[in-house]
Amino acid sequence: MKNFREDLKYVGKPVPRVDSYEKILGVAEYTGDIELPGMLHTKLVLSPYAHAKIKAIHTEKARKASGVVAVAVGDDFPFRVGLYVNDRNVLARKKVRWAGEPVVAVVAETLEQAYEAAELIEVEYEPLQPVLDVRDALKPGAPLVHEELGEYAHSPAFHPIPGTNIASRFTLKKGDVELGFKQSDVILENEFMMPQVSHVPLETHTSIGQYMPDGKIKIWTSAQSPFTVRHILSVSLGVPEHKISVYVPYIGGGFGGKAGINFEPLVVMLSKMAGGRPVKLELTREEQFITAPVRQGLYAKLKTGVKRSGEIMAEKILYVYDAGAYADYGVNVGRAAGYSCTGPYYVPNVETESLTVYTNHPWGTAFRGFGHFEFLWAIERQMDLVARELGMDPVEFRLKNALLPGKTTPTGEVLREDAGRIDECIRAVASRIDWGKKPVAAAGKPRGKGIAALWKAPAMPPNASSAAFIKFNEDGTAELLLGITEIGQGAETALAQIAAEELGLPVEKIKVVPFRHTDVSPYSWQTVASRGLFMDGRAVQMAARDAKNQIFDIASQVLRVSKEDLVLSDERVHVRGRPEVGLELRQLVNGYVYPNGNVVGGPVIGRGFYSAARLTYLDPETGQGYPALKWTFGAHAVEVEVDPDTGMVKVLKLVSAFDIGKAINPAIVLGQAYGGALQSMSLGLLEGYFYDEKGRMLNPNLTDYKIARASDIPEEHEVIIIENPQLDGPFGARGIGELSMLSVETAIANALYDAIGIDLKNLPITAEYIWKHIQAKKEKIPVEAVT
Amino acid sequence: MLRSIKVVLNGVERTVDVEDHWTLLWLLREKLKLKGTKHGCDRGDCGICTVLVNNTPVKSCLVLAPEVNGAEILTIEGLAKEGSLAPIQKSFIEHSALQCGICTAAFVLTGHWLLQQGDGVDRKRVAEAIDGILCRCTGYRQIIEAIVDAARKK
Ligand code: FES
Ligand code: FES
Repeated sequence: MKNFREDLKYVGKPVPRVDSYEKILGVAEYTGDIELPGMLHTKLVLSPYAHAKIKAIHTEKARKASGVVAVAVGDDFPFRVGLYVNDRNVLARKKVRWAGEPVVAVVAETLEQAYEAAELIEVEYEPLQPVLDVRDALKPGAPLVHEELGEYAHSPAFHPIPGTNIASRFTLKKGDVELGFKQSDVILENEFMMPQVSHVPLETHTSIGQYMPDGKIKIWTSAQSPFTVRHILSVSLGVPEHKISVYVPYIGGGFGGKAGINFEPLVVMLSKMAGGRPVKLELTREEQFITAPVRQGLYAKLKTGVKRSGEIMAEKILYVYDAGAYADYGVNVGRAAGYSCTGPYYVPNVETESLTVYTNHPWGTAFRGFGHFEFLWAIERQMDLVARELGMDPVEFRLKNALLPGKTTPTGEVLREDAGRIDECIRAVASRIDWGKKPVAAAGKPRGKGIAALWKAPAMPPNASSAAFIKFNEDGTAELLLGITEIGQGAETALAQIAAEELGLPVEKIKVVPFRHTDVSPYSWQTVASRGLFMDGRAVQMAARDAKNQIFDIASQVLRVSKEDLVLSDERVHVRGRPEVGLELRQLVNGYVYPNGNVVGGPVIGRGFYSAARLTYLDPETGQGYPALKWTFGAHAVEVEVDPDTGMVKVLKLVSAFDIGKAINPAIVLGQAYGGALQSMSLGLLEGYFYDEKGRMLNPNLTDYKIARASDIPEEHEVIIIENPQLDGPFGARGIGELSMLSVETAIANALYDAIGIDLKNLPITAEYIWKHIQAKKEKIPVEAVT
Repeated sequence: MLRSIKVVLNGVERTVDVEDHWTLLWLLREKLKLKGTKHGCDRGDCGICTVLVNNTPVKSCLVLAPEVNGAEILTIEGLAKEGSLAPIQKSFIEHSALQCGICTAAFVLTGHWLLQQGDGVDRKRVAEAIDGILCRCTGYRQIIEAIVDAARKK
């Protein structure tokens, strides 16, 4: 679009990732690789019960075991932590709330010694009735997971209901839903579910803490959000922020699971008990499944009213999130699903209740695209079911109700003109999958096509902000300091490209400092929500312009022309129209030195920030307001093949389209699109927490909890990048990180109806589940009766 | 029991003392401090601990240290020679075949091994060869492309 420069040199190019070299050589540093002098190791003792009173903990034998330095129990840490709701204990106190909750931590000289001593711990429990289903948790008289809910501090954006298991209730009212149903010709009601799932970062959570005798705290951790770790720790411990240093090297996959604050308070407090020696905790894979936080499960109930002509008139929505034992971050998942509740469609009358509910399951947290992934499963299935009821084509039905600029979102926001176009995404994928052309079954395996759309807005507090520094070196190269972490998404590279473009400096001459350290890195709220490229990108732009301004200040004095007449390009500042009159960048960035030794200016350090503009808290009753920094749209279409004998699905072709405003680095965008799509397929087709009747996870390892492998990828995946620029985004960009993992599994489920006429409403849609549906259909019996 | 084993590790002959119960992974990471080899499950499921033993990919968490007595071992630290990247490494960079990087060494080493297996390194062959290694970030497509392309350029 005309608003944006087209003569871009670095932005929009597939430059190699700036972190490639270290990672490809195996020298990139991750928290688990760090060894510190005097470092101790931790083994956790976990609760075998989903819900039980802790009657006694016997630690005497463990304390005497060889190499043991400290043994900690919950009462040693009488404070709570939490991002939005301050509900979480560092180690269980009084009672355990899920099977896998840490109850005791043993610190020893070596990991083997910690393991051996942990075996000697005896905990006496008195089992309590657990709540293992969100719907049961809502029933009157259900056992309470948190009796003291009323005492917890929480952010004003959330609404806990003390005396119940509701950690937060989000309600939204737009228009008049009853009137909308009256005006409808067809009303359709359906229920959908998805279980809890794990992020499965291949690097498990790893943290090292050191609480020095002088009161200073140092943390080395695989955290997505170092500043949030520092802030929450400061609030929880009452230690000022300048006494806390959080260091984050490369992170081996986060996907939201390493956002907020996790095991950092534990290792810090263990170090205090160990006299200030650094204490390390590296979760095992099993602990990663049962002790680390998970993606929340969802139960959804939708009631949709439509006119015969296809306009959606009303939608009544209930989302119930299984937050598990703690909802410190999880409440925001329920809120995000609440404000985006209808999906990318215009619905004039909406009534939504989105509940985040405690159960005795592992605790929930952020997970790439949170809120949206789960509810889009329900909404995008429902769109197909309603279209069918109307006898309308699913693509046509979606286009008819597309939320286009100028229409209002569920929270009453008028979608901005430059918001990106859902209709273009839907049309693009439909066209590339040859929508409307029935695929032919091959070798007795039916084929079908399906479509699903998506939208997303970052879920964050209205005042979230980001900052960046650009620090010039004597030779004219520069360092870019960021607060956003590199979790694999490619932020470092894209942000370096933005800096390069603004400064006319080759990307190779900009070093992105490959770690975050709260003592020296600029602030960034959290590495979550697909906000990094947008917000930190704006901060980098401002920092680059600030640096450029300082450079021009110096050059204008030396060259004796006004700043307005200076141009910076190709590492040289020259007078506009007189390229021969100029100075090399390196002559300016550390102050210009005259032959006689006089200096003008000094070291150039650019500083920039960005705060989300004009966002508000939402009305506690109606949910109306401005939650979204940006709305990003996309769609997927698939062609699948099903083996009716086994229920196995093969994705023959996947087409994805995203309106991301601008692809800063197309190779990285592709990587996000491929990776996100497979993650979506993996969650949707393979993954889920399965529990025994006592609430213990049955599949806490990668043998029984499968994630997608190379053989599971779609045979073909076409990615269409649509670039309707967001006028306030850096070079028009919105970001892609989470978008790519939304709705792929729903497109597949929709295609399964097309292929074999089965309607799936619960995730995961495993081969077994599909096979059962096929059998049930054949034998005309309910799915549950198939054995 | 502590015993002494001899290995050729990244081209250098070494004698190391190992306990019987140590895995090769433990030996590499904890005793020899070669942190480029990662681990994600310690039980053979994730494959990110893959190294080459006698030029064959193995999951180092499943091999006991005494078993590699007399073997040649190549880890990611030994792949680039005299500061220049191996062709497979260059290809991974060109194809943007890595994200968080925690799995990268395993895929690079497996790709390096595949390149020496003669012709016919196509997508299918590569997908089969890397099927035992998990990556949660990339969706594998660019990894497969990087290996196929490196094989083609050979
Ligand atoms: S660490 Fe997972 S296979 Fe070896
Ligand atoms: S790049 Fe992150 S696991 Fe493969």
